[in-house]
Amino acid sequence: MTSKSKFLAAPYLLWMIIFIVIPLALIVVFAFTTTVYTDLEGNLLSNEEFDELRIEYDNFYDMADNELPYKKQTVFTLTHIMEVSNYVPVLLNSVWLAIIATAICLLIGYPLAYLISRMRYGFQKLMLMMVMLPMWMNFLLRTYAWMTLLERNGWINKLLGLVGIGPFDMINTQGAVVLGMVYNYLPYMILPLYSIMTKIDNRTIEAAQDLGANSLRVFSKVVLPLSMPGVASGITMVFVPSVSTFIISRMLGGGTNMLIGDLIDLQFLGNAYNPNLGSAISLVLLVFILLCMSITNQLNNEDNMDGGMLL
Amino acid sequence: MKKLTNYLSFLLCILLLAAAACPVSAEANADGYDPDTLSYSNSVDWNKFRGTNTSINVYNWGEYIAVDDGEEGAFDVNAAFEELTGITVNYTNFASNEELYAKLKSGGAAYDIIIPSDYMIARLISEGMLEKLNFDNIPNFALIDDNYKNPDYDPTNEYSVPYTWGTVGIVYNTTLVDPEDDVNTWNILWSEKYAKDILMFSNSRDAFAIALKRLGYSFNTTDEAELQAAAESLKEQKLMVQAYVMDEIFDKMGGGEAALAPYYAGDAITMIDDNPDLAWAVPVEGVNLFIDAICIPRGAANKDAAEMYINFLCETLVALKNCEYIGYSTPHAEAYLYLSDDLKSNPIAYPSDEVIQNSETFTALPSDTTRLIDTLWTSILSNTSTNPYLAMILMFVAIVLSLGINVWRRQRKKQKMYESMN
Amino acid sequence: MKKLSSKLYMALVFGFLYIPIFVLIINSFNASKSRTVWTGFTFDWYKKLFNNEVILNSLVNTLIIAVIASVIATILGTAAAIGIFNMKRMTKSLIINITYLPIINPEIVTGVSLMLLFVFLNIDLGVVTLVLAHITFCVPYVILNVLPKLHQMNRHLYEAAMDLGCNPMQAFFKVIIPEIMPGIITGFLMSITYSIDDFVISYFTHGATSQTLPITIFSMTRRKVSPEVNALSAIIFVVILVVLLIMNIREIRAGKERGDV
Repeated sequence: MTSKSKFLAAPYLLWMIIFIVIPLALIVVFAFTTTVYTDLEGNLLSNEEFDELRIEYDNFYDMADNELPYKKQTVFTLTHIMEVSNYVPVLLNSVWLAIIATAICLLIGYPLAYLISRMRYGFQKLMLMMVMLPMWMNFLLRTYAWMTLLERNGWINKLLGLVGIGPFDMINTQGAVVLGMVYNYLPYMILPLYSIMTKIDNRTIEAAQDLGANSLRVFSKVVLPLSMPGVASGITMVFVPSVSTFIISRMLGGGTNMLIGDLIDLQFLGNAYNPNLGSAISLVLLVFILLCMSITNQLNNEDNMDGGMLL
Repeated sequence: MKKLTNYLSFLLCILLLAAAACPVSAEANADGYDPDTLSYSNSVDWNKFRGTNTSINVYNWGEYIAVDDGEEGAFDVNAAFEELTGITVNYTNFASNEELYAKLKSGGAAYDIIIPSDYMIARLISEGMLEKLNFDNIPNFALIDDNYKNPDYDPTNEYSVPYTWGTVGIVYNTTLVDPEDDVNTWNILWSEKYAKDILMFSNSRDAFAIALKRLGYSFNTTDEAELQAAAESLKEQKLMVQAYVMDEIFDKMGGGEAALAPYYAGDAITMIDDNPDLAWAVPVEGVNLFIDAICIPRGAANKDAAEMYINFLCETLVALKNCEYIGYSTPHAEAYLYLSDDLKSNPIAYPSDEVIQNSETFTALPSDTTRLIDTLWTSILSNTSTNPYLAMILMFVAIVLSLGINVWRRQRKKQKMYESMN
Repeated sequence: MKKLSSKLYMALVFGFLYIPIFVLIINSFNASKSRTVWTGFTFDWYKKLFNNEVILNSLVNTLIIAVIASVIATILGTAAAIGIFNMKRMTKSLIINITYLPIINPEIVTGVSLMLLFVFLNIDLGVVTLVLAHITFCVPYVILNVLPKLHQMNRHLYEAAMDLGCNPMQAFFKVIIPEIMPGIITGFLMSITYSIDDFVISYFTHGATSQTLPITIFSMTRRKVSPEVNALSAIIFVVILVVLLIMNIREIRAGKERGDV
């Protein structure tokens, strides 16, 4: 192809700058700035003084911009970033729950992906479809269905009640939140694992067996190393949405176990409106996740930069 | 045996529901007012916008307007308005005043009608976020009870038209709460006996109000020490709380998931209708008396059409249908006259003077106090630390870890290459 | 024995994946509005679903937004992939890294950042912002599906077509596009799926007039999900099950004919 076709990417590049780069830049700007009010001479007004001014001028109701007795300024500040430190326990709690959820997903998903990858072609496709099918249902509804199951008067407790045990407090616990994460993101673990494992030739495994390796050694020396890239992308694809979720913790955690996602939501569309602090938390979360990713990426042996990593 | 009683009580509940669904409006109430005689007034030209393809965006609390729920005599306010005026209504919900505030403040979303509560109206007025209403377009404002005109939150009554009012009390499940216990106190929400059986407001103002009242302070305190004390007591309460909720309460109390929850009187009536095990208690320490009112946010695209909508909501017929459906108390003098005897004498919706006397309304707080409450509330909901450098230390550790692994890998790669070369 | 335990294991995992869905479907036939009490079998919710304007409107909104967003994303992404493919190594890897961002980024951060952008640009939140946001998170999936196909393509095909008398346009549409078609289709399908299912980003970028189905469901979950939604999800489940089955059976047959079983 000619080098002219490079320009086919031009519309996308423009798009990318407007909708990916600038929004992230805005987050950085918001995280490091705050709005202050000064009087016309440029002296800083305290909130109290500003409230007084507001009352004096009838809330500036019909005033044009140039008549206003104050100026609004955006100034650089580190307070929001410092304030994020207050919420590090929330971040750590989110990370901890996400790690547990990711580990469980890996434990459940790995054998399943392996079993599927060793099936006949037709069965493989069928099983894969069965893994993907639940993802087509709205995830809020699926999570809501878990509420129906886990509640104190829910289906599980009713079932246990028939046998004479329970009722157990299952909903509104950290366990329920982890369960919600595992349930919603398990397919994201299985799919990349499967797509890597299906490339492992049965003959490689047979060769190892012929050479006298027991099944444990076959696993640790052949299957595991070959599936490592799948493990890495599976981990990222489960960990990232788990660590930043806010719906699962709200629906299954009852709002008593706040996660970092809830905290961000709270600052933007929730009960404590403060987009500057929200941006600062988002920024910290983003940097943290990029760092985590660079760590997991080390699991990837080869440099497969483009394509193949997702699905 | 217990199963059987459960089953029976459920049957009973169904029967009661069926009874409630029967048309009650067939006859006049004890004062001789018959709702069937009501029709729309000609207070304004309802057809002014017909054919102009006008639409208004209405932003209201969840379950806060009469809709057609398929029961007999059902009245759909928005559909009726669309039919009468030809204006399209885009109707969406918010869950709390603070959510409404965030949505308006962040900009972007263009609403024509909003229905906030008293203190939020005061805050919105003070931040120049509301339009002054043109009362020439809202002649039905005259029908509002004089007691609700010129309220504290809008002293000159330029910005708002009252929609409903009510009190905050405790909804409790009679089968789960020990009859020996005194429910008429906020203290019961701190009782360890009901640990994990208590639901709590997830919005800061209502939650703080309860904690403040329990400690004997005013809802509207600006004293930092008092607010800190309230925050401490809310932290203490967190151990007992099953979940922080707003409208989720309908589901949870209706399904018997929790024993006690503070909520708004009007919604309590709806909940008790659905689940007869529930009951209402009014804490002796004093309760919050709130008014929700209709406002138009600053810069609304269709102010005239929005004022027509307000006028429509103040039609006696509409106000009546609305308060019958949502269960909240009405500030509409005429609609009150037409209320069924049942509702009129319902102490939850129309409490005794004693309760009213012992109530307090929210006022607007200075912005410093609002900020403080928001920060305290966030720290109650999340476990916070006090070390200001923790985030940086954490970042630093992560960066070092990531770099370290990277360097280590490069070394190994080099080593491997070296080995393979030999 | 080993076979049996692995079968049992698979049954358990699939049971875990499908239990909540069965809960939804069963509740769609439950005469009671309560989720946990069964009072009898009914089709009422299915009838009511087709009279429920809120749900139907948001379903239509969701579909319109998904189709517009994924068509634009597919065109934009395919063109971008071809352009990127022909770039120098350095610029290429830089652009691909930025393209990865919306995928790697936690959804909540993408949503929040787009909200800040729209407010900054003074665009009213509504259908337009939803479409823009959805295109933004869909394009990367198209690019990442098309790029590998370009790598697999024989580089000389295009020149061969030109030698045989095609003009560049013809060569492009008759040779290159058919070669990368599977990637384009996968990208399009992924876009449409993600767009229909997206909640978090829509939550931050929707406005007063543009409720998508997930947003409507969200506002319901804060109160009580009306059983009509259960009915809707049961219908969606069956439709998708049928579509996937047909697709799979055809694919398996085709696979058998090719002989790579």
